[in-house]
Amino acid sequence: MFRRSAVAVTACAVLAATTTACSSGFDKNENGPEQDTGKGQSLRVLVAVSGDAETKAVKKATAAWEKKSGHKVTVQLAKDIDQQLAQAFAGNRPPDAFYVNSDQFANYAKGGSLYAYGEKVPDKEDFAPQLRKAFTHKGELVCLPKDFSTLGLVVNTEKWKEAGLSEKDYPDTWDELEKTAAKLTKGKTAGLVTTNEYQRLGVFMKQAGGWITDSSESKMTADSKENAEGLGFAKKLLRSGSMKYAKQVDTGWAGEALGKGRAAMIIEGNWLAGAMKQDFPDVDYKVLPLPEGPAGKGTLAFSNCWGVAKESTHQKAAVDLVRHLTSAKEQLASSDAIGVMPSRESVMDEFAKEHPESAGWAEGDAYAQSPVTVPGFTKVLDQFNSDLQSLSTGKPATILSTLQRNGEQALKKGD
Amino acid sequence: MSTSTGTPAPPSTAGRPGPSPRSRFASRGTRGREGLWGWLFVSPMVLGLGLFMALPIVMAAWVSLLNWDGQSNPFTPDADFVGLANYRSLLAEDGLARTLLATSLRNNTYYVLLTVPLQTALSLTLAIVVNQRMLRGRSMLRTTFYFPSVTSSIAVCTVFLFLFQGSGAVNQLLGYVGVKGPNWFADPRGVLWVLLEAAGVIDGEKPGGFLAEHRLMGLPWSEWLAGPSVAMCTLILLAVWTTSGTFMLIFLAALQNIPRELEEAAALDGAARRHVLRHVLLPALRPVMFLVTTLGLIATWQVFDQVYVLGQGDPANTTLTPAFLSYSYGFDNAEFGQGAAISFVLLAIVLLMTGVQRVLLRERGSRRPRRARGRQAQDTPEKGAVRAHD
Repeated sequence: MFRRSAVAVTACAVLAATTTACSSGFDKNENGPEQDTGKGQSLRVLVAVSGDAETKAVKKATAAWEKKSGHKVTVQLAKDIDQQLAQAFAGNRPPDAFYVNSDQFANYAKGGSLYAYGEKVPDKEDFAPQLRKAFTHKGELVCLPKDFSTLGLVVNTEKWKEAGLSEKDYPDTWDELEKTAAKLTKGKTAGLVTTNEYQRLGVFMKQAGGWITDSSESKMTADSKENAEGLGFAKKLLRSGSMKYAKQVDTGWAGEALGKGRAAMIIEGNWLAGAMKQDFPDVDYKVLPLPEGPAGKGTLAFSNCWGVAKESTHQKAAVDLVRHLTSAKEQLASSDAIGVMPSRESVMDEFAKEHPESAGWAEGDAYAQSPVTVPGFTKVLDQFNSDLQSLSTGKPATILSTLQRNGEQALKKGD
Repeated sequence: MSTSTGTPAPPSTAGRPGPSPRSRFASRGTRGREGLWGWLFVSPMVLGLGLFMALPIVMAAWVSLLNWDGQSNPFTPDADFVGLANYRSLLAEDGLARTLLATSLRNNTYYVLLTVPLQTALSLTLAIVVNQRMLRGRSMLRTTFYFPSVTSSIAVCTVFLFLFQGSGAVNQLLGYVGVKGPNWFADPRGVLWVLLEAAGVIDGEKPGGFLAEHRLMGLPWSEWLAGPSVAMCTLILLAVWTTSGTFMLIFLAALQNIPRELEEAAALDGAARRHVLRHVLLPALRPVMFLVTTLGLIATWQVFDQVYVLGQGDPANTTLTPAFLSYSYGFDNAEFGQGAAISFVLLAIVLLMTGVQRVLLRERGSRRPRRARGRQAQDTPEKGAVRAHD
């Protein structure tokens, strides 16, 4: 039938035309888009904040920069920053500057969405080396770490006294941790509460002398004896009932458990300070360094970085904004507001002086393990986290060998 | 009827029969013109469907053949074409992708197997109850039963999160009768093992031996056979509760289309109520039953929003579904090609299941006059249902 085929041809033509139209937004220049060099540029910034305090701190800092530079900044708060950024990159209209989560960093850097400005920053050496390492892709520092957090052991001082313990009983070793956790477990209160993720339980692996990858992140070292020992210790605590996951005590995260009195000790990082101030201002707590394992002390470092989009037309202004936001003064100000530590070594001492209560976290600066940033590793580590959920019934060695296998596959694919 | 389609309904112009279908050749000119008008009238819908359904499907099919990270143009010659590699890693190669797909298929199969029969049975029962002429307060009951379906599923999920907490309302109720409820949303144990453990057949640890060592698609048999996890059961409960109202409405409309005389005749012949149900009502409801199970099957295979709200696959991947896995591959892992491939595997499964179910529910035996009535009964509720479901 003539007409039917004509209709089909028309439909195909329309489809083809629309496909081309849809994809036209992607036409990229080799060296990125033409740059806007004028005055009064308008920048979009996307941030994923932990709460009102952080929103206020970011807005205040950007407002100060607006005044200084004469440009305009619109700060947008993300609901789900990974998804929003993925959509923005795919739609080719990313914000000019944004938070980059360390577990997504490698994916974005490999996809060529980030403008690598790090090498052009004159005082880049001032930033903590383990964080610079995390945000380096192919030997190039891509973006500046926004702040710095480590994990510590946080105790609820009231529960501590109730159990008849004193400051002398603060645990320094695994043995002591096990004993005090058992002593503190009473009724609805668990001795130690944390979440079922490697971002917390990994400290035991580190303290036993292991880690997921080697130091250059080119080889998996997950199935080592040390890692099995670390997870084995965590399993022992879980099975004895003196350690519980936050969900098992009906809380979303360990900080909530501490505030609600369901936990006597938790493993959490600097962000806890801001959250406790906001949600549980009346609960007294003390931050200690994590106890030593068989291979000494160990903790994990956390940070986001300030990404600048390759597709931004305001790269110069955006880098200037980021340098303002990561300046010593602004970082100290946000430390006061939300409790995170500065990512600059030069002001670490000042932070420690101003915030003696965070000494347990600040100490970790010296030996913290930087986060894993390998492209395609998100799902591998997600799988590891869900395996850790059933750590109390599973075998650490099996969980680790699965991680080893999955990780090796992702490393091979990532090349 | 005119309210059931939003755009100009094609049958009113194009479908109007001419003098007779056989006079087609004689009046080709007029008929052709009519066809043109027909196309004109349906064009908004065709354009809409083409632009927002057909085109994206074609584009997704292309993306599923690429190694695409979502940060470049997939429609240029530079795109990294990998052929069927994304499908191979899902179905043939031993690795994380296949294990995750197998896990999500396992979860979703149990979800479908429990949800579809339960929601069909419940909604049919509710429909028969509120179809009683003697029943007082019928309309109030109908509204009440329909209520869960009108509520936003996200809101219902959030309420369920609170109800099913370890120390939530459900466990407190269970506590009154002396049962210690599990921590519903944090419990990854399969119900089969939980029941066997309660019966004293196995002890606390995960089952080992033959079942743990042999694998299908990278997942041990002990995992395949574990049944839905405790967390998944709450999801099933939620789905049954929220959808039963909609399906009740469909059944109700069909029930009201069954002539009263049929039931009376059966009663005169001395049939008991259950016989009337078995031999009169159910056969008459067969087309609607097909509709309800098909809609249920498709919706349950694509379950996403509950999973997204209630834990994103947690605990221990036991609420992971293919739809959510596809999303997470795309947006969390920047592997959109792999994600698209998962959604096409899911499409194949839905098509296959619907086909199987069509064969199972097909009418057997000779044509009976009842069949014609069943067809009529099907007409109204079906359109209404499609809308209600959207």
